[in-house]
Amino acid sequence: MSNNVGKVVGVSGNLLIVEFEKPVVQNEVAYAVLGDVRLKSEVIRVRGHYAELQVFEDTTGLREGDRVEFTGELLSAELGPGLLTQVFDGLQNPLPKLAEKCGFFLQRGTYLDPLPRDRAWAFTPVAKPGQTVEAGDTLGTVPEGIFRHRIMVPFALAGEWAVEEIAPAGEYPIEHPVARLRGADGATQTVTMVQRWPVKIPIRAYAERLRPTDPLTTQIRIIDTLFPVARGGTYCIPGPFGAGKTVLQQLTSRYADVDIVIVAACGERAGEVVETLREFPELIDPRTGRSLMERTLIICNTSSMPVAAREASVYTAITIAEYYRQMALNVLLLADSTSRWAQALREMSGRLEEIPGEEAFPAYLESVIAAFYERAGLVRLRDGGVGSVTIGGTVSPAGGNFEEPVTQSTLKVVGAFHGLSRERSDQRRYPAIHPLESWSKYEGVVPAEQVAVARDILQRGNDVNQMMKVVGEEGTSIEDFILYLKAEFFDAVYLQQDAYHPVDAATPPDRQRYVFERLARILRTAMKFETKDAARRFFQRLTQLVKDWNRIERSAPEFAEIERRIEAMVSEVTEYV
Amino acid sequence: MYRVYHRIERIAGNVITVQATGVGYRELAQVTSRRGTSLAQVIRIEGGRVDLQVFAGSRGVATDSQVRFLGHTMRVPFSQSLLGRVFTGSGLPRDGGPAIHENPIEIGGPSVNPAKRIIPRHMVRTGIPMIDVFNTLVESQKLPIFSVAGEPYNPLLARIALQAEVDLIILGGMGLKHDDYLFFRDTLEREGALSRSILFIHTAADPVVECLLVPDVCLAVAEQFALQNQRVLVLLTDMTNFSDALKEIAITMEQIPSNRGYPGDLYSQLAARYEKAVDFDTAGSITILAVTTMPGDDVTHPVPDNTGYITEGQFYLRNGRIEPFGSLSRLKQLVNARTREDHRTIMNTMIQLYAGYKETLEKQAMGFRMSDWDRKLLKYGRLFEEKMMDLRVNIPLEPALDLGWRILAECFDPEETAIPTKLIEKFWPKTAVTAAG
Ligand SMILES: Nc1ncnc2c1ncn2[C@@H]1O[C@H](COP(=O)(O)OP(=O)(O)O)[C@@H](O)[C@H]1O
Ligand SMILES: [Mg+2]
Repeated sequence: MSNNVGKVVGVSGNLLIVEFEKPVVQNEVAYAVLGDVRLKSEVIRVRGHYAELQVFEDTTGLREGDRVEFTGELLSAELGPGLLTQVFDGLQNPLPKLAEKCGFFLQRGTYLDPLPRDRAWAFTPVAKPGQTVEAGDTLGTVPEGIFRHRIMVPFALAGEWAVEEIAPAGEYPIEHPVARLRGADGATQTVTMVQRWPVKIPIRAYAERLRPTDPLTTQIRIIDTLFPVARGGTYCIPGPFGAGKTVLQQLTSRYADVDIVIVAACGERAGEVVETLREFPELIDPRTGRSLMERTLIICNTSSMPVAAREASVYTAITIAEYYRQMALNVLLLADSTSRWAQALREMSGRLEEIPGEEAFPAYLESVIAAFYERAGLVRLRDGGVGSVTIGGTVSPAGGNFEEPVTQSTLKVVGAFHGLSRERSDQRRYPAIHPLESWSKYEGVVPAEQVAVARDILQRGNDVNQMMKVVGEEGTSIEDFILYLKAEFFDAVYLQQDAYHPVDAATPPDRQRYVFERLARILRTAMKFETKDAARRFFQRLTQLVKDWNRIERSAPEFAEIERRIEAMVSEVTEYV
Repeated sequence: MYRVYHRIERIAGNVITVQATGVGYRELAQVTSRRGTSLAQVIRIEGGRVDLQVFAGSRGVATDSQVRFLGHTMRVPFSQSLLGRVFTGSGLPRDGGPAIHENPIEIGGPSVNPAKRIIPRHMVRTGIPMIDVFNTLVESQKLPIFSVAGEPYNPLLARIALQAEVDLIILGGMGLKHDDYLFFRDTLEREGALSRSILFIHTAADPVVECLLVPDVCLAVAEQFALQNQRVLVLLTDMTNFSDALKEIAITMEQIPSNRGYPGDLYSQLAARYEKAVDFDTAGSITILAVTTMPGDDVTHPVPDNTGYITEGQFYLRNGRIEPFGSLSRLKQLVNARTREDHRTIMNTMIQLYAGYKETLEKQAMGFRMSDWDRKLLKYGRLFEEKMMDLRVNIPLEPALDLGWRILAECFDPEETAIPTKLIEKFWPKTAVTAAG
């Protein structure tokens, strides 16, 4: 029990005003005591002898005079083997265990150990007695599913340490000591397989940060080919409701070429997490032949769960991502939606009566968003290994208008922008990423000069389409009309992709290169038609054929067969000069 | 045991302030004035002062009115005897029947642990092709009807409720016109559904703050029935009135508004209600159909906008029809793979072609010459609107899909539709019978 206590003098929503006497620490965790439950809170402002706390739980029933216990510790995540496959809430409570304990409903004030204490892990020592180590260096490993989980020198240990003793190979629970270290000043430190790290502080136990260059493929054609993502990079997906943000993230969580995926369901629908939660254990990851869940971890703080914990949830997620990055793994963090977290900041800022910025968001919104995305990166570890954290966040702009503070602040700091368009989703052109407005600073799977051909056709086809709205089809030359049809064709057969078709849903990079190369050739082909109607009919038939092609496994005999038919069709209309 | 206070320091809007100690956040109190007695709820505690929102409004409350704290939060009785009855937002009888006090349960309880939810899997059949074919409704879905005053959203709500196979209907009226309340009651009665319905009605004539209770009361009762294995359908009309009541309180409390006067937590407030929709692992379910009228027919208005981000799709009701654009059922893909193999294809193809029709209409309005393709689209669009979109059409899903094929065959050649060749071979009508057939 803590000996630094205060008492409640005010309650407004999830904001408490607490009178205290002994020193308190900004952002330390405190518990508001309500009968026999303790409600986790965080100090967010201090004024004189009053501390303002955001409570991560419903505050119903709290009274003036109720006791508050300060812990002196910043909000932290527990790190160790056994994190993967789990489903946590924003405060790292394991939800399935909570359900076993409390039944259908979440119960405030119930906090369970994130990592199981009774499970034993097969430890293999790596460090030798006498060796000098620093924070983040590997002391030993344990197998965690398909990974070799590194047991590292706790990140909080500053300076150099000598390994005095290391546990022999054996099965130990996480709290069992596996090493004893001696510091330069002679102090000793016992290390177990679990450590804690404050979630709002980046883990920096690496040699250097590198520039992200390798593509992180998602098997979504419009992304990998036109608007690629890099390992260690950042990207955002703003879009109005129903445009397809969550579906894109779900597809990415399945097909992305990374070691570990962390899904942060932040302030959105619980039902969407349930789909992942229930389906992933059944799905086989073709990369590993094991269940997809083995590489997945879900942080779930959905819209009806406590608002303040939304903010905590994205930090918990990024901290766990950084932890696995330290094991030379590639980690992808998908946050849906960062706007909900920004709104949580806004609610709190409003309660604190801070001077509001645009749309009542706090003035520090931009720096908070920038600092979050800054935690992505490709790093070289001290042992030479390379690990990465990639962040992809959705943004839910009010009214679907990208000119709002969260979208704008995010666009300033990310490396790729996948802007979803209401117009395209209304037309069922999925994924509704706008092909002319989106951008990426990273390199994709198809050579840039080939992509330029497609971009050019898309742009000019769009110009023709705009012009046709003014002058009509009759006022458009047949050459321009063909250009327009080519753009529509490329859109239909390459940019659009059916998320619910077993084959079309995911296109591996080599297939993308193969198909794209052939389509680019068609786009470059000079074609001749007698009439516009004939041209339109030709492209309708060609579109249908290429769509059929998209739906066939590359190994199936029909794949080559349809390819031949496509080529035959195109050669019939080719204009030879 | 009850603590009673007699000195009200401040009265503003529907919020009163008293000096009191030992009061719990969100605790309920009874405020007795010359005008009568009303419930009130604690919404802020600070430095010995307690703010309460008075459900019946502050009109007539005197500075010496009595405030009696009850030591608990808002409750509603839960029992079988609720069935067939009509109550106010505060749970008092509205139908002249006896008051019910049994088994009080707290409203606004904690949310369901996501680990105890299951993936919804049952289609709710409505007989409306624009829903069944294009935006299938699914048990446990939360879905609003976006509309404007004057549209038949309440009759649509009633029609879906009566056709849906559910065990129980709970209707929550917020700012409901009295005529509309009678319409719901009479319709349920006429169709023999009143005995499996419970109505919590706040009408436009009732105190505004009471409106805030309606969703929570409905959903708390629904939750209890769902835990007893019942499939419950909750109808909420109109959630824009609920949001406006929230706005009113926020302004009284001098909260900084985020967007057009609405409080920054509008999203969380709405989500707390809509997220009560659930399919329980090993128990029943709650499906929520709501009405959201859009002020100025503007979908970017904060109420429909926040709602759209929370709910699992929306139906746009405009000109008496469910619009294919903008309407969305996010759960449809959970069920429409198992209805009939051509379901998804018909759904996508018909909408894409209808989008083409709309473009052609624009071209036509500009006076451009119509190509062969334009003429086909024009014919198609008209048939689609007449045979599918008209709300009077009432046919089951399978005949509706067949009708879709006939309309397509009447207007297009197979390869103009981009439908997978395999499905064309199986479903394309061999002889183009008339779509009217
Ligand atoms: N790639 C896609 N393929 C097919 N349908 C899609 C796709 N993306 C979105 N949709 C449709 O749009 C609906 C809404 O998508 P969702 O990702 O939930 O939107 P958001 O998260 O932007 O609100 C989905 O339920 C689905 O019906
Ligand atoms: Mg979403």
